[in-house]
Amino acid sequence: MFKTWMTRAALLALLALPLPAWADGFILMQSTTSTQNSGLFDHLLPIFTEKTGIEVRVVAVGTGQAIRNARNGDGDILFVHAKPVEEAFVADGFGLERFDVMYNDFVIVGPAGDPAGLSGQADVLGAFAALAEAQAPFASRGDDSGTHKAELRLWQAAGLDPQAASGTWYRETGSGMGATLNIAVGMGAYAMTDRATWIAFGNKGSHSIVFEGDPRLFNQYGIIAVNPARHPNVKAELAQQFVDWILSDDGQAAIAAFKVDGQQLFFPNATR
Amino acid sequence: MDSLFDILMRAFGLVAAWDGTLSEIVGLSLQVTLTAVAIACVIGLPLGAALGAFRFPGRRGAILITNVLMGLPPVVVGLVVYLMLSASGPMGVLGLLYTPTAMIIAQTLLVTPIIAALSRQVVEDLNAEYAEQFASLGVGRLQRMGALLWDARFSLLTVILAGFGRAVAEVGAVMIVGGNINHVTRVMTTAIALETSKGDLELALALGLVLLGIALVVNVIVMTVRGTAVRAAYA
Repeated sequence: MFKTWMTRAALLALLALPLPAWADGFILMQSTTSTQNSGLFDHLLPIFTEKTGIEVRVVAVGTGQAIRNARNGDGDILFVHAKPVEEAFVADGFGLERFDVMYNDFVIVGPAGDPAGLSGQADVLGAFAALAEAQAPFASRGDDSGTHKAELRLWQAAGLDPQAASGTWYRETGSGMGATLNIAVGMGAYAMTDRATWIAFGNKGSHSIVFEGDPRLFNQYGIIAVNPARHPNVKAELAQQFVDWILSDDGQAAIAAFKVDGQQLFFPNATR
Repeated sequence: MDSLFDILMRAFGLVAAWDGTLSEIVGLSLQVTLTAVAIACVIGLPLGAALGAFRFPGRRGAILITNVLMGLPPVVVGLVVYLMLSASGPMGVLGLLYTPTAMIIAQTLLVTPIIAALSRQVVEDLNAEYAEQFASLGVGRLQRMGALLWDARFSLLTVILAGFGRAVAEVGAVMIVGGNINHVTRVMTTAIALETSKGDLELALALGLVLLGIALVVNVIVMTVRGTAVRAAYA
Protein backbone atom coordinates (compact mmCIF):
# COMPACT_ATOMS: atom_id res chain seq x y z
CA MET A 1 0.00 0.00 0.00
CA PHE A 2 2.82 2.33 0.89
CA LYS A 3 4.39 1.88 -2.53
CA THR A 4 1.18 2.47 -4.44
CA TRP A 5 0.57 5.54 -2.33
CA MET A 6 4.08 6.77 -3.11
CA THR A 7 3.61 6.12 -6.82
CA ARG A 8 0.29 7.94 -6.83
CA ALA A 9 1.76 10.91 -5.02
CA ALA A 10 4.65 11.04 -7.49
CA LEU A 11 2.30 10.81 -10.48
CA LEU A 12 0.05 13.51 -9.09
CA ALA A 13 3.04 15.74 -8.47
CA LEU A 14 4.28 15.17 -12.01
CA LEU A 15 0.86 16.06 -13.42
CA ALA A 16 1.03 19.27 -11.48
CA LEU A 17 4.31 20.21 -13.20
CA PRO A 18 3.89 23.64 -14.70
CA LEU A 19 4.30 24.08 -18.41
CA PRO A 20 7.70 25.33 -19.50
CA ALA A 21 7.85 28.90 -20.68
CA TRP A 22 7.44 28.23 -24.40
CA ALA A 23 4.38 30.39 -24.66
CA ASP A 24 5.03 33.75 -26.30
CA GLY A 25 3.74 37.07 -25.01
CA PHE A 26 6.46 37.76 -22.46
CA ILE A 27 10.01 39.00 -22.52
CA LEU A 28 12.81 38.42 -20.07
CA MET A 29 14.77 41.40 -18.81
CA GLN A 30 18.14 41.13 -17.07
CA SER A 31 18.36 44.12 -14.79
CA THR A 32 19.84 45.45 -11.59
CA THR A 33 18.70 45.37 -8.00
CA SER A 34 18.36 49.17 -7.76
CA THR A 35 15.59 49.31 -10.38
CA GLN A 36 13.76 46.40 -8.75
CA ASN A 37 14.23 47.20 -5.05
CA SER A 38 13.25 50.86 -5.43
CA GLY A 39 9.87 49.77 -6.82
CA LEU A 40 10.42 51.38 -10.25
CA PHE A 41 9.48 48.22 -12.13
CA ASP A 42 6.30 47.72 -10.10
CA HIS A 43 5.31 51.18 -11.33
CA LEU A 44 6.62 51.00 -14.90
CA LEU A 45 5.97 47.49 -16.18
CA PRO A 46 2.18 47.32 -15.63
CA ILE A 47 1.83 50.49 -17.76
CA PHE A 48 3.74 48.84 -20.62
CA THR A 49 1.88 45.54 -20.25
CA GLU A 50 -1.48 47.26 -20.32
CA LYS A 51 -0.54 49.12 -23.49
CA THR A 52 0.96 46.20 -25.44
CA GLY A 53 -0.19 42.99 -23.77
CA ILE A 54 3.46 41.98 -23.37
CA GLU A 55 4.44 40.70 -19.94
CA VAL A 56 7.94 41.65 -18.73
CA ARG A 57 9.71 39.20 -16.44
CA VAL A 58 12.59 40.72 -14.52
CA VAL A 59 15.65 38.93 -13.19
CA ALA A 60 17.22 41.48 -10.83
CA VAL A 61 20.91 40.80 -10.14
CA GLY A 62 24.11 42.84 -10.06
CA THR A 63 25.11 44.49 -13.35
CA GLY A 64 28.06 42.08 -13.76
CA GLN A 65 25.88 39.00 -13.41
CA ALA A 66 23.11 40.53 -15.56
CA ILE A 67 25.58 41.08 -18.41
CA ARG A 68 26.98 37.56 -18.10
CA ASN A 69 23.45 36.11 -18.19
CA ALA A 70 22.58 38.22 -21.25
CA ARG A 71 25.81 37.12 -22.96
CA ASN A 72 24.60 33.55 -22.51
CA GLY A 73 21.36 34.49 -24.24
CA ASP A 74 19.32 34.19 -21.03
CA GLY A 75 17.37 37.39 -21.54
CA ASP A 76 15.85 39.50 -24.31
CA ILE A 77 16.77 42.89 -22.86
CA LEU A 78 19.59 44.24 -20.72
CA PHE A 79 18.77 47.24 -18.50
CA VAL A 80 21.77 48.13 -16.33
CA HIS A 81 24.10 50.94 -15.28
CA ALA A 82 27.74 50.51 -16.27
CA LYS A 83 28.24 52.32 -19.57
CA PRO A 84 31.76 51.07 -20.50
CA VAL A 85 30.75 47.42 -20.02
CA GLU A 86 27.47 47.98 -21.85
CA GLU A 87 29.35 49.42 -24.82
CA ALA A 88 31.69 46.42 -24.80
CA PHE A 89 28.61 44.15 -24.76
CA VAL A 90 27.38 45.80 -27.97
CA ALA A 91 30.85 45.94 -29.56
CA ASP A 92 31.27 42.20 -28.99
CA GLY A 93 28.08 41.58 -30.95
CA PHE A 94 25.90 40.44 -28.03
CA GLY A 95 23.60 43.47 -28.14
CA LEU A 96 22.01 45.48 -30.94
CA GLU A 97 22.38 49.09 -29.83
CA ARG A 98 22.74 50.91 -26.52
CA PHE A 99 20.46 53.80 -25.54
CA ASP A 100 20.58 56.11 -22.55
CA VAL A 101 17.29 55.79 -20.63
CA MET A 102 17.53 57.67 -17.35
CA TYR A 103 19.92 58.67 -14.60
CA ASN A 104 20.13 59.26 -10.91
CA ASP A 105 23.19 59.68 -8.74
CA PHE A 106 25.29 57.87 -6.20
CA VAL A 107 25.51 59.11 -2.63
CA ILE A 108 27.73 58.15 0.28
CA VAL A 109 25.87 57.20 3.44
CA GLY A 110 27.47 57.01 6.84
CA PRO A 111 26.85 56.68 10.58
CA ALA A 112 25.39 59.49 12.68
CA GLY A 113 27.89 62.25 13.42
CA ASP A 114 29.94 61.46 10.29
CA PRO A 115 33.13 60.62 12.27
CA ALA A 116 35.38 60.70 9.19
CA GLY A 117 34.11 64.17 8.27
CA LEU A 118 32.98 63.51 4.70
CA SER A 119 30.32 66.19 4.67
CA GLY A 120 32.94 68.97 4.83
CA GLN A 121 34.74 67.76 1.69
CA ALA A 122 34.65 69.83 -1.49
CA ASP A 123 34.40 66.89 -3.91
CA VAL A 124 34.01 63.13 -3.91
CA LEU A 125 37.73 62.50 -4.32
CA GLY A 126 38.29 64.44 -1.12
CA ALA A 127 35.57 62.40 0.56
CA PHE A 128 37.24 59.14 -0.45
CA ALA A 129 40.61 60.47 0.71
CA ALA A 130 39.03 61.36 4.07
CA LEU A 131 37.74 57.78 4.39
CA ALA A 132 41.20 56.35 3.73
CA GLU A 133 42.84 58.92 6.01
CA ALA A 134 40.52 58.11 8.91
CA GLN A 135 40.56 54.40 8.07
CA ALA A 136 36.82 54.60 8.60
CA PRO A 137 34.97 51.31 8.07
CA PHE A 138 33.64 51.26 4.47
CA ALA A 139 31.36 48.54 3.14
CA SER A 140 32.07 47.96 -0.55
CA ARG A 141 29.82 45.88 -2.80
CA GLY A 142 32.81 43.86 -4.01
CA ASP A 143 30.57 42.05 -6.50
CA ASP A 144 31.45 43.49 -9.92
CA SER A 145 28.12 45.34 -10.01
CA GLY A 146 27.58 48.73 -11.65
CA THR A 147 27.83 50.46 -8.28
CA HIS A 148 31.00 48.54 -7.43
CA LYS A 149 32.61 49.46 -10.77
CA ALA A 150 31.71 53.13 -10.21
CA GLU A 151 33.19 53.02 -6.71
CA LEU A 152 36.44 51.48 -8.00
CA ARG A 153 36.72 54.20 -10.67
CA LEU A 154 36.46 56.84 -7.93
CA TRP A 155 39.16 55.25 -5.76
CA GLN A 156 41.38 55.13 -8.82
CA ALA A 157 40.64 58.78 -9.66
CA ALA A 158 41.54 59.68 -6.06
CA GLY A 159 44.85 57.85 -6.48
CA LEU A 160 44.06 55.40 -3.69
CA ASP A 161 44.16 51.62 -3.52
CA PRO A 162 41.68 50.39 -0.90
CA GLN A 163 42.47 46.76 -1.82
CA ALA A 164 45.57 47.04 0.37
CA ALA A 165 43.26 47.62 3.35
CA SER A 166 40.80 44.87 2.40
CA GLY A 167 39.69 43.05 5.54
CA THR A 168 40.59 45.92 7.84
CA TRP A 169 38.61 49.14 7.32
CA TYR A 170 37.79 48.37 3.66
CA ARG A 171 35.22 45.59 3.76
CA GLU A 172 34.06 43.87 0.58
CA THR A 173 30.67 42.29 1.21
CA GLY A 174 30.33 40.51 -2.14
CA SER A 175 26.58 41.11 -1.88
CA GLY A 176 23.80 43.16 -3.44
CA MET A 177 23.13 46.81 -2.60
CA GLY A 178 20.49 46.07 0.04
CA ALA A 179 22.58 43.42 1.79
CA THR A 180 25.58 45.75 1.76
CA LEU A 181 23.51 48.56 3.29
CA ASN A 182 22.26 46.17 5.99
CA ILE A 183 25.89 45.34 6.77
CA ALA A 184 26.98 48.99 6.72
CA VAL A 185 24.17 49.95 9.12
CA GLY A 186 25.00 46.95 11.31
CA MET A 187 28.71 47.74 11.65
CA GLY A 188 28.51 51.54 11.54
CA ALA A 189 30.34 51.66 8.22
CA TYR A 190 30.18 54.10 5.31
CA ALA A 191 28.84 52.86 1.97
CA MET A 192 28.25 54.14 -1.53
CA THR A 193 24.79 53.54 -2.93
CA ASP A 194 22.55 54.80 -5.70
CA ARG A 195 20.09 57.33 -4.36
CA ALA A 196 17.00 55.34 -5.39
CA THR A 197 17.93 52.28 -3.36
CA TRP A 198 18.76 54.43 -0.34
CA ILE A 199 15.50 56.38 -0.38
CA ALA A 200 13.43 53.20 -0.70
CA PHE A 201 15.57 51.28 1.82
CA GLY A 202 13.71 50.31 4.99
CA ASN A 203 16.53 49.64 7.47
CA LYS A 204 18.41 52.94 7.57
CA GLY A 205 19.09 52.88 11.31
CA SER A 206 20.79 56.15 12.27
CA HIS A 207 22.63 56.30 8.93
CA SER A 208 22.11 59.24 6.59
CA ILE A 209 23.56 60.73 3.43
CA VAL A 210 26.90 62.34 4.34
CA PHE A 211 28.15 63.22 0.86
CA GLU A 212 26.35 64.00 -2.40
CA GLY A 213 26.26 66.32 -5.38
CA ASP A 214 29.61 65.78 -7.13
CA PRO A 215 29.09 65.44 -10.92
CA ARG A 216 31.37 62.38 -10.79
CA LEU A 217 28.60 60.60 -8.86
CA PHE A 218 26.35 60.71 -11.93
CA ASN A 219 24.74 57.29 -12.53
CA GLN A 220 23.51 56.59 -16.06
CA TYR A 221 21.19 53.69 -16.90
CA GLY A 222 21.17 52.21 -20.40
CA ILE A 223 19.04 49.71 -22.30
CA ILE A 224 20.15 47.19 -24.93
CA ALA A 225 18.12 44.64 -26.87
CA VAL A 226 20.00 41.34 -27.02
CA ASN A 227 21.21 40.43 -30.53
CA PRO A 228 19.00 37.68 -32.04
CA ALA A 229 21.73 36.87 -34.57
CA ARG A 230 23.83 35.65 -31.63
CA HIS A 231 21.02 33.90 -29.78
CA PRO A 232 18.09 32.76 -31.97
CA ASN A 233 15.88 32.16 -28.90
CA VAL A 234 15.76 35.91 -28.25
CA LYS A 235 12.35 37.50 -28.81
CA ALA A 236 13.74 40.41 -30.78
CA GLU A 237 10.45 41.88 -31.95
CA LEU A 238 8.86 42.04 -28.50
CA ALA A 239 12.11 43.30 -26.98
CA GLN A 240 12.27 46.10 -29.56
CA GLN A 241 8.72 47.13 -28.60
CA PHE A 242 9.84 47.61 -25.02
CA VAL A 243 12.96 49.54 -26.02
CA ASP A 244 10.89 51.79 -28.30
CA TRP A 245 8.35 52.37 -25.55
CA ILE A 246 10.77 53.24 -22.76
CA LEU A 247 12.56 55.72 -25.05
CA SER A 248 9.24 57.24 -26.18
CA ASP A 249 7.64 60.29 -24.54
CA ASP A 250 5.17 57.95 -22.82
CA GLY A 251 7.86 55.75 -21.30
CA GLN A 252 10.00 58.70 -20.28
CA ALA A 253 7.02 60.40 -18.62
CA ALA A 254 6.24 57.19 -16.73
CA ILE A 255 9.80 57.12 -15.34
CA ALA A 256 9.55 60.76 -14.24
CA ALA A 257 6.21 60.10 -12.55
CA PHE A 258 7.67 57.44 -10.23
CA LYS A 259 8.10 58.87 -6.73
CA VAL A 260 8.86 57.47 -3.28
CA ASP A 261 7.95 59.66 -0.31
CA GLY A 262 7.36 62.51 -2.74
CA GLN A 263 10.86 62.28 -4.19
CA GLN A 264 11.55 61.51 -7.85
CA LEU A 265 14.10 58.66 -7.96
CA PHE A 266 15.02 58.44 -11.66
CA PHE A 267 15.35 61.20 -14.25
CA PRO A 268 14.61 60.33 -17.89
CA ASN A 269 17.23 61.40 -20.45
CA ALA A 270 16.71 59.16 -23.49
CA THR A 271 18.94 59.92 -26.46
CA ARG A 272 16.95 59.30 -29.57
CA MET B 1 13.85 47.51 14.83
CA ASP B 2 10.56 46.18 16.12
CA SER B 3 10.58 43.76 19.00
CA LEU B 4 10.32 40.04 18.27
CA PHE B 5 6.78 40.12 19.59
CA ASP B 6 5.79 42.73 17.00
CA ILE B 7 7.34 40.62 14.27
CA LEU B 8 5.43 37.57 15.48
CA MET B 9 2.23 39.64 15.40
CA ARG B 10 3.09 40.76 11.87
CA ALA B 11 3.52 37.12 10.81
CA PHE B 12 0.09 36.32 12.23
CA GLY B 13 -1.22 39.40 10.46
CA LEU B 14 0.17 38.13 7.16
CA VAL B 15 -1.56 34.80 7.66
CA ALA B 16 -4.80 36.44 8.80
CA ALA B 17 -4.88 38.79 5.81
CA TRP B 18 -3.77 35.92 3.49
CA ASP B 19 -3.85 37.77 0.18
CA GLY B 20 -3.41 36.51 -3.37
CA THR B 21 0.29 37.30 -3.53
CA LEU B 22 1.08 35.34 -0.39
CA SER B 23 -0.95 32.31 -1.43
CA GLU B 24 0.72 32.42 -4.85
CA ILE B 25 4.19 32.38 -3.25
CA VAL B 26 3.30 29.73 -0.67
CA GLY B 27 1.58 27.63 -3.36
CA LEU B 28 4.60 27.74 -5.65
CA SER B 29 6.95 26.89 -2.76
CA LEU B 30 4.90 23.82 -1.94
CA GLN B 31 4.42 22.81 -5.58
CA VAL B 32 8.14 23.02 -6.37
CA THR B 33 9.35 21.37 -3.18
CA LEU B 34 6.77 18.57 -2.97
CA THR B 35 7.32 17.68 -6.64
CA ALA B 36 11.09 17.66 -6.16
CA VAL B 37 10.80 15.50 -3.03
CA ALA B 38 8.43 13.06 -4.80
CA ILE B 39 10.83 12.64 -7.73
CA ALA B 40 13.77 12.34 -5.33
CA CYS B 41 11.88 9.52 -3.52
CA VAL B 42 11.24 7.65 -6.77
CA ILE B 43 14.98 7.73 -7.50
CA GLY B 44 16.48 7.83 -4.02
CA LEU B 45 14.47 5.14 -2.15
CA PRO B 46 15.21 2.26 -4.56
CA LEU B 47 18.81 3.45 -4.82
CA GLY B 48 19.15 3.56 -1.03
CA ALA B 49 17.50 0.14 -0.69
CA ALA B 50 19.85 -1.40 -3.27
CA LEU B 51 22.88 0.10 -1.54
CA GLY B 52 21.65 -1.08 1.85
CA ALA B 53 20.56 -4.58 0.94
CA PHE B 54 23.05 -5.89 -1.60
CA ARG B 55 26.79 -6.52 -1.77
CA PHE B 56 28.37 -5.64 -5.11
CA PRO B 57 31.67 -4.25 -6.37
CA GLY B 58 31.85 -0.48 -6.03
CA ARG B 59 29.23 -0.42 -3.28
CA ARG B 60 31.44 1.33 -0.75
CA GLY B 61 32.38 3.91 -3.34
CA ALA B 62 28.72 4.51 -4.18
CA ILE B 63 27.82 4.92 -0.48
CA LEU B 64 30.68 7.37 -0.05
CA ILE B 65 29.46 9.39 -3.03
CA THR B 66 25.85 9.60 -1.79
CA ASN B 67 27.13 10.65 1.66
CA VAL B 68 29.37 13.34 0.20
CA LEU B 69 26.62 14.64 -2.10
CA MET B 70 24.42 15.24 0.97
CA GLY B 71 26.69 18.23 1.58
CA LEU B 72 26.19 19.77 -1.86
CA PRO B 73 25.92 23.56 -1.51
CA PRO B 74 22.62 24.73 -3.06
CA VAL B 75 24.42 27.56 -4.89
CA VAL B 76 26.66 25.03 -6.64
CA VAL B 77 23.66 22.93 -7.68
CA GLY B 78 21.99 26.13 -8.92
CA LEU B 79 25.04 27.06 -10.99
CA VAL B 80 25.32 23.59 -12.55
CA VAL B 81 21.62 23.56 -13.45
CA TYR B 82 21.92 27.15 -14.76
CA LEU B 83 24.81 26.17 -17.04
CA MET B 84 22.84 23.15 -18.31
CA LEU B 85 19.60 25.08 -18.96
CA SER B 86 21.12 28.39 -20.13
CA ALA B 87 20.36 29.30 -23.74
CA SER B 88 24.08 28.66 -24.38
CA GLY B 89 24.02 25.38 -22.44
CA PRO B 90 23.44 21.83 -23.72
CA MET B 91 19.74 21.86 -22.75
CA GLY B 92 19.08 25.49 -23.64
CA VAL B 93 16.65 24.63 -26.45
CA LEU B 94 14.15 23.35 -23.88
CA GLY B 95 13.61 26.92 -22.66
CA LEU B 96 13.34 25.80 -19.05
CA LEU B 97 15.55 28.42 -17.38
CA TYR B 98 13.64 30.83 -15.10
CA THR B 99 10.64 28.48 -14.85
CA PRO B 100 9.36 26.45 -11.88
CA THR B 101 10.48 23.31 -13.73
CA ALA B 102 14.10 24.47 -13.48
CA MET B 103 13.62 24.97 -9.74
CA ILE B 104 12.21 21.45 -9.41
CA ILE B 105 15.22 20.00 -11.25
CA ALA B 106 17.64 21.84 -8.95
CA GLN B 107 15.86 20.78 -5.75
CA THR B 108 15.59 17.18 -6.96
CA LEU B 109 19.38 17.12 -7.39
CA LEU B 110 19.75 18.51 -3.86
CA VAL B 111 17.35 16.12 -2.16
CA THR B 112 18.00 12.80 -3.96
CA PRO B 113 21.39 12.18 -2.27
CA ILE B 114 19.86 12.87 1.15
CA ILE B 115 17.02 10.39 0.60
CA ALA B 116 19.37 7.78 -0.89
CA ALA B 117 22.03 8.06 1.82
CA LEU B 118 19.64 8.09 4.80
CA SER B 119 17.39 5.33 3.45
CA ARG B 120 20.52 3.25 2.74
CA GLN B 121 21.34 3.31 6.46
CA VAL B 122 17.78 2.46 7.51
CA VAL B 123 17.52 -0.43 5.04
CA GLU B 124 20.97 -1.77 5.88
CA ASP B 125 20.10 -2.05 9.58
CA LEU B 126 16.84 -3.81 8.80
CA ASN B 127 18.52 -6.10 6.28
CA ALA B 128 20.91 -7.34 8.96
CA GLU B 129 17.85 -8.57 10.89
CA TYR B 130 16.16 -10.12 7.87
CA ALA B 131 19.16 -11.59 6.02
CA GLU B 132 18.86 -15.14 7.31
CA GLN B 133 15.13 -15.27 6.72
CA PHE B 134 15.55 -13.98 3.17
CA ALA B 135 18.23 -16.58 2.51
CA SER B 136 16.18 -19.48 3.92
CA LEU B 137 13.10 -18.45 1.94
CA GLY B 138 15.12 -17.83 -1.21
CA VAL B 139 13.57 -14.41 -1.76
CA GLY B 140 14.47 -12.63 -5.03
CA ARG B 141 16.29 -9.30 -5.17
CA LEU B 142 13.37 -7.06 -6.15
CA GLN B 143 11.13 -8.67 -3.54
CA ARG B 144 13.82 -8.16 -0.90
CA MET B 145 14.06 -4.46 -1.74
CA GLY B 146 10.29 -4.17 -1.69
CA ALA B 147 9.93 -5.98 1.65
CA LEU B 148 12.70 -3.91 3.27
CA LEU B 149 11.29 -0.58 2.05
CA TRP B 150 7.80 -1.59 3.16
CA ASP B 151 8.83 -2.72 6.61
CA ALA B 152 10.99 0.37 7.10
CA ARG B 153 8.24 2.70 5.88
CA PHE B 154 7.76 4.53 9.16
CA SER B 155 11.48 5.28 9.52
CA LEU B 156 11.61 6.30 5.87
CA LEU B 157 8.96 8.96 6.49
CA THR B 158 11.48 10.77 8.67
CA VAL B 159 14.03 10.42 5.87
CA ILE B 160 11.58 12.00 3.43
CA LEU B 161 10.83 14.80 5.89
CA ALA B 162 14.57 15.52 6.14
CA GLY B 163 14.62 15.88 2.35
CA PHE B 164 11.55 18.12 2.45
CA GLY B 165 13.17 20.33 5.08
CA ARG B 166 16.29 20.76 3.01
CA ALA B 167 14.35 21.64 -0.16
CA VAL B 168 11.78 24.00 1.35
CA ALA B 169 14.46 25.97 3.19
CA GLU B 170 17.09 26.43 0.49
CA VAL B 171 17.40 29.70 -1.37
CA GLY B 172 20.69 29.50 -3.29
CA ALA B 173 19.62 27.11 -6.04
CA VAL B 174 16.11 28.43 -6.75
CA MET B 175 17.39 32.02 -6.77
CA ILE B 176 19.83 31.27 -9.61
CA VAL B 177 17.70 28.99 -11.81
CA GLY B 178 14.35 30.62 -11.00
CA GLY B 179 15.48 34.25 -11.02
CA ASN B 180 12.97 35.27 -8.31
CA ILE B 181 10.60 36.62 -10.99
CA ASN B 182 7.45 38.14 -9.52
CA HIS B 183 4.32 35.99 -10.14
CA VAL B 184 6.42 33.38 -11.99
CA THR B 185 9.24 31.94 -9.90
CA ARG B 186 9.07 33.76 -6.56
CA VAL B 187 8.92 31.34 -3.62
CA MET B 188 9.05 31.86 0.14
CA THR B 189 12.83 31.77 0.49
CA THR B 190 13.55 34.10 -2.44
CA ALA B 191 10.84 36.48 -1.21
CA ILE B 192 12.56 36.53 2.19
CA ALA B 193 15.91 37.31 0.52
CA LEU B 194 14.27 40.10 -1.51
CA GLU B 195 12.64 41.76 1.50
CA THR B 196 15.95 41.54 3.38
CA SER B 197 17.72 43.34 0.52
CA LYS B 198 15.02 46.03 0.57
CA GLY B 199 15.83 46.52 4.23
CA ASP B 200 12.35 45.42 5.34
CA LEU B 201 13.77 43.02 7.91
CA GLU B 202 10.49 42.72 9.85
CA LEU B 203 8.53 41.56 6.78
CA ALA B 204 11.39 39.19 5.88
CA LEU B 205 11.32 37.64 9.35
CA ALA B 206 7.52 37.46 9.36
CA LEU B 207 7.68 35.59 6.03
CA GLY B 208 10.25 33.29 7.61
CA LEU B 209 7.80 32.50 10.41
CA VAL B 210 5.08 31.77 7.83
CA LEU B 211 7.49 29.36 6.10
CA LEU B 212 8.16 27.68 9.44
CA GLY B 213 4.41 27.41 9.96
CA ILE B 214 4.01 25.67 6.60
CA ALA B 215 6.74 23.18 7.51
CA LEU B 216 4.90 22.61 10.78
CA VAL B 217 1.62 21.87 8.98
CA VAL B 218 3.33 19.43 6.59
CA ASN B 219 5.00 17.64 9.49
CA VAL B 220 1.79 17.42 11.49
CA ILE B 221 -0.02 15.92 8.49
CA VAL B 222 2.73 13.34 7.98
CA MET B 223 2.81 12.46 11.70
CA THR B 224 -0.97 12.04 11.79
CA VAL B 225 -0.93 9.78 8.75
CA ARG B 226 1.95 7.83 10.28
CA GLY B 227 0.19 7.46 13.61
CA THR B 228 -2.98 6.18 11.97
CA ALA B 229 -1.00 3.76 9.83
CA VAL B 230 1.05 2.47 12.79
CA ARG B 231 -2.11 1.79 14.82
CA ALA B 232 -3.65 0.02 11.82
CA ALA B 233 -0.50 -2.03 11.26
CA TYR B 234 -0.22 -3.24 14.86
CA ALA B 235 -3.93 -3.40 15.70
